[in-house]
Amino acid sequence: MNTQKIGAVLVVGGGIGGIQASLDLANSGFKVYLIDSAPAIGGIMAMLDKTFPTNDCSMCIMAPKLVECARHLNIKIIPDAKIEGLSGDAGNFQVKVRKKARYIDAKKCTGCGECKKHCPIEVADRFNQGLTRRKTIYIDYPQAVPAVYAIDKNNCIGCGVCEKLCLAGAINYKDTDIVENINVGAIILSPGVDVFDPKVYTKFGYGIYKNVVTSLEFERILSASGPFSGHLLRPYEGKIPKKIAFIQCVGSRDPQVGKNYCSSVCCTYAIKEAIIAKEHSKNGLETTVFYMDIRTFGKGFEDYFNRAKEEYGVRFIRAGVSKIEEISETKNLILYYENEEGAIKKEEFDMVVLSVGLVPKPDMWNLSRILRVNLNNFNFCRTSEFIPVDTIRDGIFVCGTFAGPKDIPETVAQASAAAGRAMALLTESRGSLVAKKKYPDEVDVSNEKPRIGVFVCHCGINIGGYVNVPEVVEYVKQLPDVVYAENNLYTCSQDTQKRIIEKIREHKLNRVVVASCTPRTHEPLFRETIREAGLNQYLFEMANIRDQCSWIHMYEPESATEKAKDLVRMAVAKARLLAPLKRVEIDVIQKALVIGGGIAGMSSALLLAEQGFEVFLVEKENELGGNLRHIYKTVENRDVRYFLNQTIEKIRANKLIKVYTNARIKEITGFVGNYRTKISVGKFEDEEIEIEHGVVIVATGAQEYKPTEYLYGKDSRIITQRELEEKIFNHSTTEFFNDKTIVMIQCVGSRDNERKYCSRICCSQAIKNALNLLEINPDANIYILYKDIRTYGFKEELYRQAREKGIVFIRYDDAKKLELQTENGKLKIKIFEPILKEDLIIDPDLIVLSSGIIAEPNNAEIAKMLKVPINSDGFFLEAHVKLRPVDFATEGVFLAGMAHSPMTIAESIAQAQAAAARATTILSDKKYYAEATISSVNEELCAGCGMCGALCPYEAIVYKEKDGKKISSVNEALCKGCGTCVASCPSGAMTQYGFTKKQIMAMVEAL
Amino acid sequence: MSEFQPKILGFLCNWCSYAGADLAGVSRIQYRPNIRVIRVMCSGRVDPVFIINAFLRKIDGVMVLGCHFGDCHYLNGNYNAEKRILAARKLLSLTEIEKDRLYLDWVSAAEGERFANLVNTFTERIKNLGEIKINDGTKEMLLAVKDVLEGERFRHLTGVEYQVTEKENVYGEKIPVEDFEKKLEQILYEEYIKARILRLLQNNELTIPQIAQKLNTALDFAFKCVCSLQENNIVEMKGIRNGYPIYSANKY
Ligand code: FES
Repeated sequence: MNTQKIGAVLVVGGGIGGIQASLDLANSGFKVYLIDSAPAIGGIMAMLDKTFPTNDCSMCIMAPKLVECARHLNIKIIPDAKIEGLSGDAGNFQVKVRKKARYIDAKKCTGCGECKKHCPIEVADRFNQGLTRRKTIYIDYPQAVPAVYAIDKNNCIGCGVCEKLCLAGAINYKDTDIVENINVGAIILSPGVDVFDPKVYTKFGYGIYKNVVTSLEFERILSASGPFSGHLLRPYEGKIPKKIAFIQCVGSRDPQVGKNYCSSVCCTYAIKEAIIAKEHSKNGLETTVFYMDIRTFGKGFEDYFNRAKEEYGVRFIRAGVSKIEEISETKNLILYYENEEGAIKKEEFDMVVLSVGLVPKPDMWNLSRILRVNLNNFNFCRTSEFIPVDTIRDGIFVCGTFAGPKDIPETVAQASAAAGRAMALLTESRGSLVAKKKYPDEVDVSNEKPRIGVFVCHCGINIGGYVNVPEVVEYVKQLPDVVYAENNLYTCSQDTQKRIIEKIREHKLNRVVVASCTPRTHEPLFRETIREAGLNQYLFEMANIRDQCSWIHMYEPESATEKAKDLVRMAVAKARLLAPLKRVEIDVIQKALVIGGGIAGMSSALLLAEQGFEVFLVEKENELGGNLRHIYKTVENRDVRYFLNQTIEKIRANKLIKVYTNARIKEITGFVGNYRTKISVGKFEDEEIEIEHGVVIVATGAQEYKPTEYLYGKDSRIITQRELEEKIFNHSTTEFFNDKTIVMIQCVGSRDNERKYCSRICCSQAIKNALNLLEINPDANIYILYKDIRTYGFKEELYRQAREKGIVFIRYDDAKKLELQTENGKLKIKIFEPILKEDLIIDPDLIVLSSGIIAEPNNAEIAKMLKVPINSDGFFLEAHVKLRPVDFATEGVFLAGMAHSPMTIAESIAQAQAAAARATTILSDKKYYAEATISSVNEELCAGCGMCGALCPYEAIVYKEKDGKKISSVNEALCKGCGTCVASCPSGAMTQYGFTKKQIMAMVEAL
Repeated sequence: MSEFQPKILGFLCNWCSYAGADLAGVSRIQYRPNIRVIRVMCSGRVDPVFIINAFLRKIDGVMVLGCHFGDCHYLNGNYNAEKRILAARKLLSLTEIEKDRLYLDWVSAAEGERFANLVNTFTERIKNLGEIKINDGTKEMLLAVKDVLEGERFRHLTGVEYQVTEKENVYGEKIPVEDFEKKLEQILYEEYIKARILRLLQNNELTIPQIAQKLNTALDFAFKCVCSLQENNIVEMKGIRNGYPIYSANKY
């Protein structure tokens, strides 16, 4: 029997998590099958308008990843699919997958949409949350991948009109379900979640009152491509709302509906929606958020919350809404709520948004049975804190919201982590199943006069119906250097590709222009084609005469034809000047440097070493472990000491990991693939070592804040949570028998004027310690004084337990400061109790400060050496807060753990594994291929002013000395090809390949 | 007579605005057919010189559309584009070519309808402005603008503007945008007049009063500009006429 592991992975669910996992795997030598139950990948993120806390446009940042998935040689997307059976074991699974009939041949459908125009049946559009209607032959959203239509058989009446209209012959009414067996080595689960259906709460009248919507519906309303084209209108009659209420925790933190967990994202998305709504409405919109606790615990979220309050004037009311009534004439809504003082109030709004929680999809139970993975009480996938992306079944990994509610960056990080775990499992089979295309040798055309071939597409009737294509072809023929031109029904079809190759050979074409749709999706296809004909792939240019011509000038065929001619002429003008380009190859030293020997650094190192890469692990202290050395139990009561020792042992036992303790980074030079780093080792810096490596992972961790407030350090009865934890687990427990009254104060050194951010972990840590204390001394009175309790995700359960066990929670805030005094040697705390409306005096025996997390002070030094940024709080700043959480903008440098922001052990480990997986996409190949359309310097002209370097976000410009003068030069490995430096070079020394001044000017002049 | 159909050129960045334009197409949103698009990877690539060349070739209006702030695929290309294009507009306002013929805005990949609206509004605006007037006079002006745009001062200042006004300069200080803009405006004016003077002196020998009159500037300002050109050896004194020195461009 063949025991070789299978070098392929099945990814279940094509939301942003599944997409990220697929790309990481496919880019590091594995074949990927990406299945999704929907007709297109994209998941919930594709439905979002903007993303918090930067208000980035969701589609803008996601679309490039969708396209990359679609065209990746080693990713096979299988839409409309679900798993029906599984056999085999880790390394070699047989998965039975049922692919629903789509009634459309994906190979033939060009996505032109002619069919949908004439389909007579309309149904509610799931993608727009039912706010609009779509045809029964449909595509979910314009940028959908695959860009293939589907027939919704349940609603189709079978009239047959689409088949008659489809010139591509893609309709197949006889299509049937296909059951396929897929052989893979590992499985990654990223099926995502649904949003909670608020009909359960009859008090809100959702589904009855038209102007009560869910947050996801509201998201679609805000979206420029949504039901009202981005105009903020209320659904009942399209009136512009003036007052909108958001109700938080709908379907979250409520044991009565079986959802005693926090959905983690609703507070911040409600803030986002409130802000965006305000930006939408010119004449003053009032927004009010009704909440229990505001849980803005993520990186940059607290600041976002503060801005919402202060800059945007979003109103926040801490109150539960008990009922909504509709006023029948106006369809406005009256909210009844009980405020913090216990008073019942009512207020009228003209629209209400329910911030619905995240719930597992209904078929998860079934899926878990087939795969034999465990679910938790709430039907999310069960994972463990120390192996956060593993399921109980070997070879099956999990990421994203199925493993618990979370936001996009955490999902993306987990996705990379899951990919990393799969890579480690299947290392020996890396590269065994990936397709590599063989291309003929490139013909040298540099000395030839341009011979341009132009292919003009009819796109069925999508172009041909409005633009006179034959006329364009005739026109093109007389343009300079055009030696051949023809029209095609579909230029993108398989047979046309063959034809293009033939024509290149027949007419000795050395440049090709295709006039059809958008280069954003189709350029890669045509580049492939001309490569197969032996041409350099950059000798290609596209004219977009569909998306930006025929489709938008449907009633002006003459103007459209004229415009098409112009566009092709411009493309030909550029094509005449195209030169062959190369992606520069750079040798990669397949070793990694990991800075920081805490749990993040160690986890990254292990995952890399498991894949056979050498790792240098540098720790500044004299032992490994970082913050974990001071933690004893996790919130789920797991033994941290044991886990830590085990991990350190694994590190020590791994021959590929070289550990340097008491070590400091002295200097880092080089770039992706080729770094050279000096480390000084030993207490007295006695030894200096030089190492070479291809990537860097920054995992420098963070520290506990040493309080200066509340008499800390002046009275031994005042300690921090970390000190308390040491006491609980390290000392004899009798010490606590005398402490009858214990007060914990939250947010010490967090969410204050000096450090505005939330330290994320202190609420859970305090509750964990409080529960442990109660175990030792059941008679203790424990008070937790807090601003908001932020037990996000499943930690909410802990909060419930704590209240059940009699721990008293009292709120304080900056306005109602609490006071601490000593009176005759006794501690006294004064706090205002909002419900009793009076000051409460507590005489504690022990005060525990939940002090926050602060950034490592020497981050700045490392940031400087690596030329990567840190934020104003001293934490490292990732390349993109949503989609690149563990990358830096600088290629080859990655980020993990608390160096990024405060986080739990499980989150640190997931990030560390993610960083390792991302690093593997570089380390797994001996070569790194740079972009082709990059900048370059004409050394003669360069005056060495440094303007280009100052503008480059990627640190891709370096200075060197030549013939006694200082000049710039482009590091080809790092340049991404935006061209900003070119447009700002004062001496005209910069140029961008593929977008040269000459080429762009030729296009202008051709106009 | 058929109605005036302006020629409009658009520079769109690949990742957002071009995608937005595609979305308009996919959504079949009908808009005016006058625009022709050149795709660049990032709005940061758009050299304002391209735009002046387009005007010189009788393109009636130019739109530059990039990603919204924060969305630029290359992090900050659009910030730099903004500084550069707005400065170019300032320069245009010194000429007889209306600065409104150059338009800068941001369009996301989801804003197909907005893209169409922007194009329509801009087309309408250019229609109202009428055909671009390229004659000997305006040509001189545009060429002078082009000289400034290619010059070091323009490129340096617009290059650093984002850094020193939004982030920090080498001293760790932030210069208020208004201060910077004010200074920039003065410098652009001076550079423009210098470029005009230089062009005049290429084929003529003129005195300060003659220059001031031709360019409609104050005597002392014209003098200051000539001095600075002379300092750099670009202009030289040729003799004296009516009690004023006469100048011409240094041919070497
Ligand atoms: S990529 Fe769109 S502005 Fe930079």
